[in-house]
Amino acid sequence: MTSNDILQLGLYLAVLLLLVKPLGGYMARVFADAPNRVTRFGAPVERVLYRLCGIDPAEDMGWKRYALVVLVFNVLGLLAVYALQRLQPWLPLNPQHLGAVSPDSAMNTAISFATNTNWQGYGGETTMSYLTQMLGLAVQNFVSAATGIAVLVAVIRGFTRRSAQGLGNFWVDMVRSTLYVLLPLSLLLSLLLVSQGVVQNFKSYVDVPVLQPSSYAETLKDAAGKVETREVPVTTQTLPMGPAASQIAIKQLGTNGGGFFNVNSAHPYENPTPLSNFAELLAILLIPAALCYTFGRMVGDRRQGWALLLVMLVIFVPLLLTCTAAEQAGNPALHGLAVDQHASALQAGGNMEGKETRFGIVNSTLWATATSAASNGSVNAMHDSFTPLGGLVPMWLMQLGEVIFGGVGCGLYGMLAFAVVAVFIAGLMVGRTPEYLGKKIEAHEMKMASLAVLVPCALVVVGTAIAVMVPAGVAGVANPGAHGFSEILYALSSASNNNGSAFAGLSANTPFWNAMLGACMYFSRYLLVIAMLAMAGSLAAKRHVPASAGTLPTHTPLFVTLLACVVIVVGALTFLPALALGPIAEYLMSAH
Amino acid sequence: MSKLVRQSLLMLVLLTVLTGVAYPLVVTGLAQALFHRQANGSLVVKDGKAVGSTLIGQQFSDPKYFWGRLSATTPNPYNGGSSSGSNLGPTNPALTEAAKQRIAALRAVDPGNTAPVPVDLVTASASGLDPEISPAAAQYQVARVARLRGLPVARVAALVAAHTRGRQLGVLGEPRVNVLQLNLALDALQKR
Repeated sequence: MTSNDILQLGLYLAVLLLLVKPLGGYMARVFADAPNRVTRFGAPVERVLYRLCGIDPAEDMGWKRYALVVLVFNVLGLLAVYALQRLQPWLPLNPQHLGAVSPDSAMNTAISFATNTNWQGYGGETTMSYLTQMLGLAVQNFVSAATGIAVLVAVIRGFTRRSAQGLGNFWVDMVRSTLYVLLPLSLLLSLLLVSQGVVQNFKSYVDVPVLQPSSYAETLKDAAGKVETREVPVTTQTLPMGPAASQIAIKQLGTNGGGFFNVNSAHPYENPTPLSNFAELLAILLIPAALCYTFGRMVGDRRQGWALLLVMLVIFVPLLLTCTAAEQAGNPALHGLAVDQHASALQAGGNMEGKETRFGIVNSTLWATATSAASNGSVNAMHDSFTPLGGLVPMWLMQLGEVIFGGVGCGLYGMLAFAVVAVFIAGLMVGRTPEYLGKKIEAHEMKMASLAVLVPCALVVVGTAIAVMVPAGVAGVANPGAHGFSEILYALSSASNNNGSAFAGLSANTPFWNAMLGACMYFSRYLLVIAMLAMAGSLAAKRHVPASAGTLPTHTPLFVTLLACVVIVVGALTFLPALALGPIAEYLMSAH
Repeated sequence: MSKLVRQSLLMLVLLTVLTGVAYPLVVTGLAQALFHRQANGSLVVKDGKAVGSTLIGQQFSDPKYFWGRLSATTPNPYNGGSSSGSNLGPTNPALTEAAKQRIAALRAVDPGNTAPVPVDLVTASASGLDPEISPAAAQYQVARVARLRGLPVARVAALVAAHTRGRQLGVLGEPRVNVLQLNLALDALQKR
């Protein structure tokens, strides 16, 4: 790694950590039960929304009611996205006259955006009309993220409330996430992005003449089946347009990740400069990191929030350095050729396949690590072309259950499930009933936490096993050998943890893959929501247990270490065998 | 249940109006007013007509021009309407083959140059539309372009230097050269 690599990584982490407290504190006020300066400001808008919908914002929902409202609201959103894609040829704002999306692809995409996964089986600029992007995809970017934050807030209330039946009101939590957090941040970010060159308009695509005309060979089959080749001249270039910036801002902030264009944030119109890249990168981890502080404030002990953030960093930073070192070292396959892969003042060097010149190595690996740590899934480089070890890092970060930052809201409630498991293990060691944040952890909580930890793992492993056994699964693979297996494992890891990034060589826009990954995304997201709300409901009903000499403190380095170990051990035990067949085998082969 | 469905539908409609209509329209309005050129694709305008975008690369195979990154878009390289990377894995023989072909093509038009080729010239970009190459990749091609255009090497080198952008704000990203702008400048130089 070069010294500038270290500088850019350090700068990123420093700016991120500086923003944790101000944003986290702000969000704690947004979700506070008592009215305050922040919530009074938007109260009139909130009141209008609730009145128009006939919602009683004072209703205190029990966990079952809360979960039901989440599911109904999400399923309706999912159906709306499906309908928009199927009907887009007959709807306005479709200047390229794009046709209806196929039923399996439309359903996959609808699930994908409703579950905050944003797996994309399609290419944006060749598939989705502006209307579908705006009314369908962008809206789900907001509400799926807001749903995640709302569920987190409800889970936190499970710890803070004593002998209570309710977990709060989903509508209020979701509307406040949208109005106070996601919308203002998106507005700021989208303007910054436009200033750097991200497009924001409603024009048709623009055709420009090219400076050097060229041609390419097109192979045609005539009616008799005879193959003939003809030269097709290229004299113009089509430049895609659209309201991209507004959508890119929220897809980064809401850990959604669904790009406006096919190659996501590698597209120069989606991420044109190093500064736009820095801002988009910051947006990936901003809310998930700040929510740790919000959590600390809400449970009345900020150290609890910092401890969880520290666990995330302890796992994140070494993996980030591993990925960067692997990519900067270059591709051994090119060693024998007359190619210069060394970093110098004049080039980034390293493994540049599938990477953009303006981002070089370090900004591509930082993005890959951040986007897979958080369940964002946007990309600014093609993970499929990463070196074996460089590609292992994002894959394993997803397999850890998307709790290292994780998705907005869902990452932290996933981490809370691991924290419950960790105090339980500690309780077993000393033979005491485990407690977390003043609540006794008993059989029911353990069952729900285990479910939350194990459901994604099971979906990845079983899904991969099915996909490699059926021809329709293997048919999508693009690269030979161990790397082909990695493509399948990556896809299942991504869908089952609601990430959405891909080893994009895999041709996943087929009925098999659309159905398989759609099912994984759906069950992973909503089974976890239900399990966590069930845990929170039972916790809220419990009395507070004052800390005693026998209570394991959960803000100490000891607990941080224990929790990090639990996360790593679960991830390693579950996935090492599969990883050995994919990236590790490929690494051993490429190193000879 | 039907009450909940009605509430959910209404909320979805209202939030759609807010986040799916009002929000993008406000951003578009502000963007068009404040950053008109950027919001509309950062077009390069020559004699009143758009001849490309500073952000979207074009295909160059004529040895008189500087060449950019390899592009894996289909059916032709640098197809702006369909961005794509190669997605070739690091151990895929096709990746090594593409690099070999590029090296051979570069050597064929510049037989005297035996220096190792900068890696960004033999690899495909993530978008297939990368507008830029590293300064190393530009310098590698200076002697060839100068010779074929009958220009002094120093003149072309100076043009490359003038088109080299350092790291943004001094730290961010990587130094780089915009290929289309450089080639437009080369043509302009010889027209005069």
